[in-house]
Amino acid sequence: MTDRMSFQVGEDIRDTKAPDGPIEERWERRKFQARLVNPANKRKLHVIVVGTGLAGGSAAATLGELGYQVTSFCYQDSPRRAHSIAAQGGINAAKNYRGDGDSIHRLFYDTVKGGDFRSRESNVYRLAQVSVNIIDQAVAQGVPFAREYGGLLDTRSFGGAQVSRTFYARGQTGQQLLLGAYQALERQIAAGTVTMNARHEMLELIISDGRARGVVVRDLVTGEIESHLADAVVLATGGYGNVFFLSTNAKGCNTTAIWRAHRKGAMFANPCFTQIHPTCIPVSGDHQSKLTLMSESLRNDGRVWVPVQAGDTRAPGDIPEAERDYYLERIYPAFGNLVPRDIASRAAKNVCDEGRGVGPGGLGVYLDFADAIARLGRPAIEAKYGNLFDMYAQITGEDPYRRPMRIYPAVHYTMGGLWVDYDLQSTIPGLFVIGEANFSDHGANRLGASALMQGLADGYFVLPTTIGDYLADARDFGPVDDVAVAEAEIAVRDRIARLLAVDGTRTADSYHRELGKLMWDYCGMERTEESLRKALERIPELRAEFWRNVKVSGTAEELNQALERAGRVADFFDLAELMCLDALNRTESCGGHFRAESQDADGEAVRDDEKFAYVAAWEHTPDGPVLHREHLEYAYVTMTQRSYK
Amino acid sequence: MTSIIERGAATRPIVPPPARKPGFFGSSTGQKAVMAVTGAVLVLFLAGHMAGNLKTFAGATAFNEYAAWLREVGYPALPKRAVLTLVEVVLVAAVGLHLWSAVALARRAARARPVRYARRRRSQAGGYVVHIMRWGGLTIALFVIYHLLDLTFGVANPAGPAATPYARVVAGFQHWYVTLVYTLAVVMVGLHLRHGLWSAFQTLGLGRHRKALQAGAVLVSAGLVAGFLSVPYAVLIGVVR
Amino acid sequence: MNLTLKIWRQHDAAKSGQMVTYHVEEVSPDMSFLEMLDVLNERLILDGDDPVAFDHDCREGICGMCGLVINGVAHGESRATTTCQLHMRQFSDGDVITVEPWRAAPFPVIKDLVVDRSAFDRIIQAGGFISVPAGSAPDAHAVPVKKEDADAAFDAATCIGCGACVAACPNGSASLFTAAKITHLGLLPQGQPERAVRAKAMVEQMDLEGFGGCTNTGECTAVCPKGIPLDTIARMNADFLGRRG
Ligand SMILES: Cc1cc2nc3c(=O)[nH]c(=O)nc-3n(C[C@H](O)[C@H](O)[C@H](O)COP(=O)(O)OP(=O)(O)OC[C@H]3O[C@@H](n4cnc5c(N)ncnc54)[C@H](O)[C@@H]3O)c2cc1C
Ligand code: HEM
Ligand code: HEM
Ligand code: SF4
Ligand code: F3S
Ligand code: FES
Repeated sequence: MTDRMSFQVGEDIRDTKAPDGPIEERWERRKFQARLVNPANKRKLHVIVVGTGLAGGSAAATLGELGYQVTSFCYQDSPRRAHSIAAQGGINAAKNYRGDGDSIHRLFYDTVKGGDFRSRESNVYRLAQVSVNIIDQAVAQGVPFAREYGGLLDTRSFGGAQVSRTFYARGQTGQQLLLGAYQALERQIAAGTVTMNARHEMLELIISDGRARGVVVRDLVTGEIESHLADAVVLATGGYGNVFFLSTNAKGCNTTAIWRAHRKGAMFANPCFTQIHPTCIPVSGDHQSKLTLMSESLRNDGRVWVPVQAGDTRAPGDIPEAERDYYLERIYPAFGNLVPRDIASRAAKNVCDEGRGVGPGGLGVYLDFADAIARLGRPAIEAKYGNLFDMYAQITGEDPYRRPMRIYPAVHYTMGGLWVDYDLQSTIPGLFVIGEANFSDHGANRLGASALMQGLADGYFVLPTTIGDYLADARDFGPVDDVAVAEAEIAVRDRIARLLAVDGTRTADSYHRELGKLMWDYCGMERTEESLRKALERIPELRAEFWRNVKVSGTAEELNQALERAGRVADFFDLAELMCLDALNRTESCGGHFRAESQDADGEAVRDDEKFAYVAAWEHTPDGPVLHREHLEYAYVTMTQRSYK
Repeated sequence: MTSIIERGAATRPIVPPPARKPGFFGSSTGQKAVMAVTGAVLVLFLAGHMAGNLKTFAGATAFNEYAAWLREVGYPALPKRAVLTLVEVVLVAAVGLHLWSAVALARRAARARPVRYARRRRSQAGGYVVHIMRWGGLTIALFVIYHLLDLTFGVANPAGPAATPYARVVAGFQHWYVTLVYTLAVVMVGLHLRHGLWSAFQTLGLGRHRKALQAGAVLVSAGLVAGFLSVPYAVLIGVVR
Repeated sequence: MNLTLKIWRQHDAAKSGQMVTYHVEEVSPDMSFLEMLDVLNERLILDGDDPVAFDHDCREGICGMCGLVINGVAHGESRATTTCQLHMRQFSDGDVITVEPWRAAPFPVIKDLVVDRSAFDRIIQAGGFISVPAGSAPDAHAVPVKKEDADAAFDAATCIGCGACVAACPNGSASLFTAAKITHLGLLPQGQPERAVRAKAMVEQMDLEGFGGCTNTGECTAVCPKGIPLDTIARMNADFLGRRG
């Protein structure tokens, strides 16, 4: 074993600050115990919020309403463009408006089980409790959720849940919720409580006296490096799925903010837990810059198949019924085409690995609506999926009414993130992490429609309470150490200067593509000890080459998109390494993490609760990563193995 | 790869907007409302005017009596020409305000787009509308001046100022070029109203049934055009003499 | 296919710019327009030239960040698409394509094809919200909303704030964007208390930013990737004039 594949094991994490007592009362209790800051003092307290997605947007707006002085950042030109805008399906909430037996407890139960028993009971319970308030808040803000003729909110069932608890706004739920938060944020900006800095990218965290006290950002228009100081820092910078280069994330999604914080002492939890979505539009060529998600609902009526023969290049219509393999229906007769995301994704990969994939590069499987069209008629299909079919036609130039769609899995969501306690505080005092950027509530697998719920729960309801408790001591924080600020700024300038100085022969994007491919092949849907070791060999080599041979044009003092990308890619290298290490360490299969060594005779994932019922929290040290375990205990849900046969 | 610098064009500096509150008449929507209301007044006038013009078909006496009546409405309760003068005042005010708001909006538009597109923009909607409203409106204004000299004051009329109104009408339209000028003007009015009528509803916030209103605007303007043109062409082909 | 691109290059807001011609070869019809520009940029970087700056993020038509005027048409000629959703199969071999930024005084060019659209944020700040502090909301079912109203509000709310309406409007008016928000909030019972003030304040801000006035030419809705209808502008006008419909 080479050096980079080893790590040290540090002390277990014992205290997550969750109150004890009956699970239903914990959040109430925490809220009551949290100290309050008096309104006159709040005005003097300064909070930095990085990110304006559902989590950051709602947090900044709420902190502003409460009277704190907030400074907010995002890399886009407007806070309204955070990638939460792209969420389609919906948001869960235990409203039980249908009277179909839903309850806070059931949502809690489904989420813990869906997360394959790798999340914390206390956190998830709170999430389920707060979910109810989110819907009230959103409706009062004017979020136009779908309604029924009686004027009440409509819901649908989503992601295999047996109750109908997903609220939605056609296929644009994320957009509508984000615009609600954005509008609340703009209201606070007008009121002067929030100062917004769009087109600013956080590149470093400032720690003074052991506390997070500020950030170093680059003004993406002028290139100026600025330090902003505060009494607490909140990171809400979203997911890091772009480490795979191709994902359903926006082009700008990055790990930089949380990775810099990790380097400064914040532990990174479960980095290898990645969710792969089965129904995306496949790659069409080398130029591909991102992948587009197609709603999972398509699997309700479409049948998934590939040719029986490997290398069959006939047009789909020319392949007779007998020579088609409807593999999901064959392997999982009970659930058929509706098996959960990870199973559907892995099955697609397997048939493509056998050479039976379709379309360019053989990376795709058919999703065929011919039967559904014959059964229900084209108008019915149009009414149900018209916009998705149009989108597909627009991107691929093929008519899905005549020719089966081609789909392929794509990286979609990252369950891992910075480790936080019950208060959403990281291991650095004063550094709070919310939304997809933290690891908190989804365990090893996130249920559909639960990320929006978590982001808003964190931002509107949880953080504003818990941060107050921390800030109650702010009087004793003292001034920020000038040296710490200067050092952070210098580190940022140095990195930028280094990137510009290399002047090599390959673009940052080309390295990113190569890294992404490597991660997809070796640390993607299916991981093995061998593949992970290969990745851990290859990543450092590639990174070294990057730093020797990358070419970044332009200067630091201007709008320089090549420089922005290069900085992000550099951090992805480091993160990728930790992801592989985490995946190598976790020799079980759970949720989105499938270790080929840990499966049963039928190819089903096998968890190892004896050894791995813990959160893997990684600490960065000069001597390499140190693993701290937070053991998970289940008092309200019994641990079971999933089966979808 | 070659890269040739092809055409130089500087972007003009951006003039910051005035930082004072504009008030109703200073706001774009307020200015537009003025245009819509004055436009509506003008349309009503045109409708009446057209109806009056149709009297030519009733013969010289009827038409001349009608012209005289116009000058005597309300007499003796009101002085002669009182109603007509009132109409004229309202018309002048309406045209003045209509023009003012047209100019104000055009200037606002010019300030909002100091740099033009290099590639001439292709209209994605009914693209002639801007031109028809601004230049067309101006054409109409010029026409009205000529028209007043022609038929109201008679100075530009072949039959001269002394002739009866009916005589002036008949005298003028016997010449193909006079008829042509009127035709062009009236068609311009029709195009202006085809957009303007719907537009006025939209501006006043009554535009919820856009399709119906737009169809209505086409019908009404076509009606006006036909009504107006019936007179000159009747003269030209000798039906009215 | 091989294409000739004429692209607006401008180093920063203070400098003047010009159209520069580039030739790109072997463009695949499956590429999106932005991917084609990515390819161009990769080559420019390796040549040590300044790559063409353009805004983009989600690349799936929802964030509203992208926006180019292609051959004189905002977001290109395909209807109801954003620039990132435009694919190269819309073009043919040998085409000459002009690419320009949004042109409007309130959207100053920052660099090349990137413009500053913060004026839109300030219009929202003026009143594009419902004032409801977190935690103070009544139960979501306390106020039923007619389905037609909810659907119409949703249609208006789908505006992505891209600014194509401004770019296309011969008057450089932001009416469609402003009206979309006024309509969205004005159609819902929750939006009623602030409805009149909202319209006044947002229209005022729109004017202060230096956008032109609407003369109902309809170019905006024709290029709007979300097909926001002109009726929203009628609603805005009605609310501004203090009438209730
Ligand atoms: C296509 C798609 C569909 C989805 N559908 C659903 C769904 O139906 N239901 C569901 O529940 N979930 C869904 N999800 C997941 C969900 O949308 C996300 O997990 C969630 O919105 C993340 O919100 P966030 O606030 O944490 O981060 P984001 O919304 O990603 O916001 C990140 C913010 O951080 C800023 N930022 C990032 N890095 C920096 C930096 N270095 N410096 C400064 N600012 C920075 C960005 O500018 C942005 O403002 C979907 C995700 C995708 C990609
Ligand atoms: C072909 C059609 C038209 C004919 C035959 C016609 C005829 C006349 C006549 C005879 C008069 C004089 C009335 C009088 O002094 O007693 C007159 C006045 C006038 N016409 Fe026309 N007209 C025509 C079209 C138009 C159009 C298209 C416009 C406007 C766009 C217009 C605007 C006016 C105005 C403003 C006056 C003056 C009214 C006044 O003095 O109060 N006319 N017209
Ligand atoms: C007697 C003749 C005229 C009539 C009946 C008339 C009528 C109208 C009407 C009803 C409108 C619609 C208002 C709205 O958009 O809300 C309008 C708009 C307009 N009119 Fe007139 N108008 C007349 C003359 C003029 C003249 C002389 C001008 C001169 C410049 C003019 C210029 C405009 C312009 C610019 C618009 C706005 C539409 C745009 O800017 O694109 N009109 N008119
Ligand atoms: S109204 Fe349409 S064109 Fe204008 S900003 Fe919104 S989505 Fe873009
Ligand atoms: S294009 Fe412009 S004129 Fe009005 S209708 Fe649209 S804002
Ligand atoms: S990049 Fe987001 S809409 Fe085009």
